[in-house]
Amino acid sequence: MSNPITSARGNLGRTAAAHVILIAYTILALYPVFLILINSVKQRRAIFNDPLALPTAETFDPIGFQTVLEQGNFLLYFQNSMIVTVVSLFFVLLFGAMAAFALAEYRFRGNLLMGLYLALGIMIPIRLGTVAILEIMVAAGLVNTLTSLVLVYTAQGLPLAVFILQEFMRQVSDDLKNAARIDGLSEYRIFFTIALPLVRPAMATVAVFTMIPIWNDLWFPLILAPGEATKTLTLGSQIFLGQYVTDWNAVLAALSLAIFPVVVLYLIFSRQLIRGITKGAVK
Amino acid sequence: MTARKTTLTAAAFLLSGTALMAQDVTLTIESWRNDDISIWRNQIIPAFEAAHPGIKLDFQPTAPAQYNSALNSKLDAGTAGDIVTCRAFDASLALFQKGQLADLTDLDGMANYSDVAKSAWSTDDGSQQFCVPMASVIHGFIYNADAFNELGLEEPTTVDEFFAVLDAIAADGSYIPMAMGVNDQWEAATMGYANIGPNYWMGEQGRNALIAGDAKLTDAEFVAPFEQLARWSDYLGRGFESQSYPDSQNLFTLGRAAIYPSGSWEIAGFRSLADFEMGAFPPPVQNAGDTCYISDHTDMGMGLNAASPNAEAGRTFLNWLGSSEFATLFANAVPGFFPLSNAEVTLDDSLAQEFISWRGDCESSIRPFHQILSRGTPNLSNESWGTSANVIRGGQTPADAAAQMQAGLASWYAPQQ
Amino acid sequence: MSDRARKRPFRWHIVVFLAPAVLIYTAIMIIPLFGTLNLSLFTRAEDGSRIFVGLQNFQTLFGDRRWSDAFWNATGNNLWFFIIHMLVQNPIGIALAAILSTPKLRFAAFYRTAIFIPAILSFVIVGFVWKLILSPLWGVAPTFMDALGLGNWFAPWLGLEESALTTLALISVWQFVGIPMMLIYAALLSIPDEVLEAAEMDGITGASQFWKIKLPLILPTIGIISILTFVGNFNAFDLIYVTQGALAGPNFTTDILGSYLFRTFFGFQLQLGDPHMGATVATVMFAIILVGVSIYLFGVQTRLRRYQF
Repeated sequence: MSNPITSARGNLGRTAAAHVILIAYTILALYPVFLILINSVKQRRAIFNDPLALPTAETFDPIGFQTVLEQGNFLLYFQNSMIVTVVSLFFVLLFGAMAAFALAEYRFRGNLLMGLYLALGIMIPIRLGTVAILEIMVAAGLVNTLTSLVLVYTAQGLPLAVFILQEFMRQVSDDLKNAARIDGLSEYRIFFTIALPLVRPAMATVAVFTMIPIWNDLWFPLILAPGEATKTLTLGSQIFLGQYVTDWNAVLAALSLAIFPVVVLYLIFSRQLIRGITKGAVK
Repeated sequence: MTARKTTLTAAAFLLSGTALMAQDVTLTIESWRNDDISIWRNQIIPAFEAAHPGIKLDFQPTAPAQYNSALNSKLDAGTAGDIVTCRAFDASLALFQKGQLADLTDLDGMANYSDVAKSAWSTDDGSQQFCVPMASVIHGFIYNADAFNELGLEEPTTVDEFFAVLDAIAADGSYIPMAMGVNDQWEAATMGYANIGPNYWMGEQGRNALIAGDAKLTDAEFVAPFEQLARWSDYLGRGFESQSYPDSQNLFTLGRAAIYPSGSWEIAGFRSLADFEMGAFPPPVQNAGDTCYISDHTDMGMGLNAASPNAEAGRTFLNWLGSSEFATLFANAVPGFFPLSNAEVTLDDSLAQEFISWRGDCESSIRPFHQILSRGTPNLSNESWGTSANVIRGGQTPADAAAQMQAGLASWYAPQQ
Repeated sequence: MSDRARKRPFRWHIVVFLAPAVLIYTAIMIIPLFGTLNLSLFTRAEDGSRIFVGLQNFQTLFGDRRWSDAFWNATGNNLWFFIIHMLVQNPIGIALAAILSTPKLRFAAFYRTAIFIPAILSFVIVGFVWKLILSPLWGVAPTFMDALGLGNWFAPWLGLEESALTTLALISVWQFVGIPMMLIYAALLSIPDEVLEAAEMDGITGASQFWKIKLPLILPTIGIISILTFVGNFNAFDLIYVTQGALAGPNFTTDILGSYLFRTFFGFQLQLGDPHMGATVATVMFAIILVGVSIYLFGVQTRLRRYQF
């Protein structure tokens, strides 16, 4: 380490190695997706005979997309998925952060118990309660509505959100909050103006982890809202895949259509996510 | 509870913005026939809607292997469609007993069916019917006739000839002898065991003996089909262990495999995908001159969801299924699903004619475990999926497979104890 | 803190902060779950009515070979599924995060984004994609391996009893490796520069800095990841269902508790679902997860120090 030249060379070597590893892993992560996309616009025979080839002028055939667009209602499904995901996410983050703040900030009787009670939900899949959830939704007249899905996903996301945010809320400096109290800020203002901004990186993390299972859930849309008007994208594509399973052109096209919006959504979101994370670190 | 569920579901439908025209009723049809989706949407539905203004149909199939579970949970949830496609025998009987299928005994259209056809969807005493019989399917082997000509092969009639043909295709090397995989398991049981089995257990005779408790699954006639299945593995494509049903269909229709063990229900799909001539032969018999037995299974009926708010329109549709208009339309739109109604139907498709001609030459029987034998746990039909797949993969010997099934059946079925 | 212990008017804000989360969570999650636990104590009589049977369903599950064999098979498979995630997914995730957090690494944002993409895809897509890739018929995997001279090593992994479960676990790892990576990455970034500068002053750099300084600091995060992996794996169902179907073939070698529960609860083909036995299986799953989480909470987490920066 004392010799600056060896050290620099070591760094260079390390950086090169880092890039090689990361590039290799990136290829591993993205290649399957790439494969679906290129084959979705090829002729049936070309898909089978040379799956790794890019589509050429000869083998190009958008028949799969035609089938999907004629038979499926993907725009509507996408809209439903968006509404459900965004609204659930909002409630999970807001209510989760509020509860986490209360648990981390105040000493009151039953604090520990309440924390454990809420954490219980991390351990149990909400699916185990499907039958009763269904009865509740039927009684409330919410079957085949997006509201039923939002309720379930909010309940499902809260435990983890509270659990993670609680850890981060505890790390918010007491001095800051106490100073604010001396300045006469209400507890609500302290939450919204001091605590919330400081846990933003954690909020971004929670957002991503809450969003993924909601967006990808197949179970509750199938049981609570299978109607055509409320189908989510995941359910819509699963049903479509089931219906067209022999028709690989349509299958690959449907997969491409299902992949595309999530990836775009994620790319938009990931900027926020990364910014949140780095800001939290620099702070 | 059910009534409240229904009204609430109906209200939810309206609230959720499924904008319907004032008088128009839309009947949603649950089915496992995803292969028929375009036939329904382009031929059957327009014909019905033209004759019945005010009623619209929406055909919403689920993949076959998931159909029963999906349907059961949707019925429990009150989100199932109005019209339900019925599996034969016990699966649908159970739904009827749970009050989820409406009683159709007094439906006018029921007069158009023979008792044999109705038996698959009647209570054990035959007093009540809950599904309108729709179609039966016949098992057999479909082959690539161009490939057979090219290699100078004839349709085999005995088991020895069958394996000689397979050997010849394997020796030539340009085709995979047989397209079948065991990933989805049910092909092994349905297109394997239930397909070739009747020749060994002599069709209905063996099936009824099992139900009566006079025969056991460990008897020679029920083990022998497994022994033949075990020999199949040498002739299936590379990696057949993870080959799925759609994989097999694609393998055959792309012209890569010569023989496809299956049944008449594939005809419509294969006609649109394959660009070669196809032929079919019934399951080969053990010795030349033996009586041949075929699996001619009452496969599909249609019933009314008891919770449907559109019962009146639903009954109209079910009555229409009994008309000769529907029978002709269906038989020719979906060649290979042979209508069960008494209406006279002429079949245009040569392959479908070939299949149905076996009824004259051979004795018919239904699938072995569908009636009564699959009422308990473990479920014999489901067990046969696993054991048949295991035997083909080489994971279980024929004798072990039979012993496992017999033990499972005996554990709950009194006549076998 | 001491001033808060003094007598003061009822702190309504605590109620306001807690109420929405607690209410929704209780109504939609806890009450239905108790409904399920309750169901496991009943069975359906011949005439369709519900009768109370106490713990008889549990006796059936553990005492009747037909149920218990399948149950222990699923539990064992589930354990193996979890072990693979712990041994493969989490180390890879940590390693990728460590590499990514190298200061001044170019394209870090791109790598991070790309590697996370599989995690946002649904099981429907992931299951289908890998089935296609590993399909001997489609030949992507065989073609690849031929090109690398490994053609003979190709096997229909998803169809073989020895390899199907491991293959599925690795597919799941492929999908979710981005999650530990992101969490560890965030934890690594939140280590204050002063700490690292101090370490460098002492000559602790590179790999030894990672092992001696960073790793201890991110241990709490690794703990959270482990517990999330555990809970996630013991609830897993979708991937198995999408690729192998509800029968979890070949020969139930890929059956895990989630798929076993699904078959029991909702039935399969001619087998009708049994909500009471299903609820029994669900209750046992709940117990397994509870034990695992308790071991973590009381055995591990209490020993981890929390750092306030």
